[in-house]
Amino acid sequence: MASLEIKDLHADVVTDEGNKEILKGVNLTVNAGEIHAIMGPNGSGKSTLSYAVAGHPKYEVTSGEVLLDGENVLEMSVDERARAGLFLAMQYPVEVPGVSMSNFLRTAATSVRGEAPKLRHWVKEVKEEMGKLDISAEFAERSVNEGFSGGEKKRHEILQLSLLKPKFAILDETDSGLDVDALRVVSQGVNDFKATSDAGIMLITHYTRILKHITPDVVHVFSEGKIVESGGRELADELEENGYIKYTGKGEPASV
Amino acid sequence: MTVTEDNNVASAMREGAGDTLTGPATSRAERFTSYDVEAFEVPGGREENWRFTPMKRLRGLHDGSAVAKGEVKVETEVAPEAVVETVGREDSRLGVAGVPSDRIAAQAYSSFTTATVLTVPKETKTSGPNVLRLTGPGVGNTAYGHLQVRLEQFAEAVVVLDHQGSGTYADNVEFVVGDSAKLTVVAVQDWADDAVHVSEQHLKLGRDATLKHTVVTLGGDLVRISPTATFGDKGGDVELLGLYFADAGQHQEHRLFVDHAVANCKSNVMYKGALQGSSAHSVWIGDVLIRAAAEATDTYELNRNLVLTEGARADSVPNLEIETGEIEGAGHASATGRFDDEQLFYLQSRGIVEEQARRLVVRGFFHEILMKIDVPEVRERLEAAIEAELEAVGA
Ligand SMILES: Nc1ncnc2c1ncn2[C@@H]1O[C@H](COP(=O)(O)OP(=O)(O)O)[C@@H](O)[C@H]1O
Ligand SMILES: [Mg+2]
Repeated sequence: MASLEIKDLHADVVTDEGNKEILKGVNLTVNAGEIHAIMGPNGSGKSTLSYAVAGHPKYEVTSGEVLLDGENVLEMSVDERARAGLFLAMQYPVEVPGVSMSNFLRTAATSVRGEAPKLRHWVKEVKEEMGKLDISAEFAERSVNEGFSGGEKKRHEILQLSLLKPKFAILDETDSGLDVDALRVVSQGVNDFKATSDAGIMLITHYTRILKHITPDVVHVFSEGKIVESGGRELADELEENGYIKYTGKGEPASV
Repeated sequence: MTVTEDNNVASAMREGAGDTLTGPATSRAERFTSYDVEAFEVPGGREENWRFTPMKRLRGLHDGSAVAKGEVKVETEVAPEAVVETVGREDSRLGVAGVPSDRIAAQAYSSFTTATVLTVPKETKTSGPNVLRLTGPGVGNTAYGHLQVRLEQFAEAVVVLDHQGSGTYADNVEFVVGDSAKLTVVAVQDWADDAVHVSEQHLKLGRDATLKHTVVTLGGDLVRISPTATFGDKGGDVELLGLYFADAGQHQEHRLFVDHAVANCKSNVMYKGALQGSSAHSVWIGDVLIRAAAEATDTYELNRNLVLTEGARADSVPNLEIETGEIEGAGHASATGRFDDEQLFYLQSRGIVEEQARRLVVRGFFHEILMKIDVPEVRERLEAAIEAELEAVGA
């Protein structure tokens, strides 16, 4: 069965001042069809984990393993990982000036699917998915993420999720910066994707509010570069009540 | 008044990628001009005007030793409404758009034998683009030339100057845009690898005239284009666009000067260049002078360079001089950088292979300018040329 296995993962962030260890031994297995929420305070290394798995050049894995269906992801280039079925919805999606969203989406779909989608089907497919996410048609001709609001960027990340249909998705704070309506629409998008695929999902979040729309199978608490506690939904409820104080010594809330 | 300044070099720049410098100490207003080559001293290479140019590669254009041994062939394909003439040096219309501002321009002005004049009569809009195809004098040969494009009042036209072939060529090109006339120019330098081309382009706008001047430099050993825009009366609107792609060993220099000496005129400059290969070198100078009389001026200039490989260098020198407080707006921006790793990562994380991701980014980089080229034939050709450049680097 399909799974993502992260074994004792250590990773550094590479900066001009040298390397700094951020991930300090992450262990996590997410099976197909499961949703795992990763909850942790700001700066605990959640984005670093997602970037390290996706292969961002600024992060260097120093030891450990990441296996997708048993295959060593760390030996693959960034694009190979994506074509192997990995998807990362980024906390801060990148602007690419001069490249239209429609060109980008079609190029990405062609790459991931291994062949260019038939134009007529494709246009219909994109239109439908955009409609579901309340994205107006004009966005197709705009440059990738350029001048998009935070919420618009997040909708487009989920649009890509639904079009690229990965085996495994990491959603990095997809809920942050979304108003109530947008949160509902985006969550619906994730749930639709989940319902039509057998994908595994790693849902990274600081706050509990998205968990009211998307039900996790497992909740992990992430602190100082590793998972410090795992449990069921009740763990999220506890974080909602008490925040991260138990893990960080600081009263950082997990609800808004 | 708003004055904006945005010199974003630090973020993406690494050693060898080039410099954004502050402007020269002397005012552009004091630049010497003359039609007479002998009035100029032979430049040595340290002068403000020449400090970026590899003088040895000018093949004597600057010191009088380059003697004309060939001709540039001028072929014209113009709309029936336009008039093309070949005229002698004595033609009194010549030289009205501006005076040569460096020794090579003066040398060309002193040396040409015949000039081509393209006229669009008043209140006439040409039914199609007007193409002047110039073919270099051939390997080892030198030629001097002169062109003038004149739009009489309320005329409207698109003019394409298409340079190709080999040899050494220096010229002056005049654009005389009459009152309320509208001219779109695209000058393409698609020279063979050996070519040296030094060109001063004089842009003179009448009252309420509009000029969109686009320079596209793709090939040649050394290309140095100096467009100077001046306004004869109020209401002029000039847009100076440029796109260049410098390959290994090529020197591409664009020196712009917008001289705001009358009130209520607008200028907008946007030049973008990509560089690849060892010793590819681009130079962009953007001098904008707003003289005391030029109240309500609105100006903005931008230069961006994308350095695709090690060993290429882009120099960028914006220089805005303002002598009146009563302006609408003035600003400049200049940035030179490498590929943005974040952009590449984002595209690759969607499965797009690195090579294709790079191409998307470069195409995207030029997109803004290509969209402004409203001559479809030219735009398509440039898109194809950019693709070809990208194939070459394997980017
Ligand atoms: N590019 C970077 N340069 C320097 N420090 C970084 C960089 N990226 C992350 N860090 C540091 O790594 C730690 C974890 O960051 P991050 O993974 O973004 O946390 P989270 O996503 O949980 O908020 C933080 O202390 C942050 O300052
Ligand atoms: Mg984060």
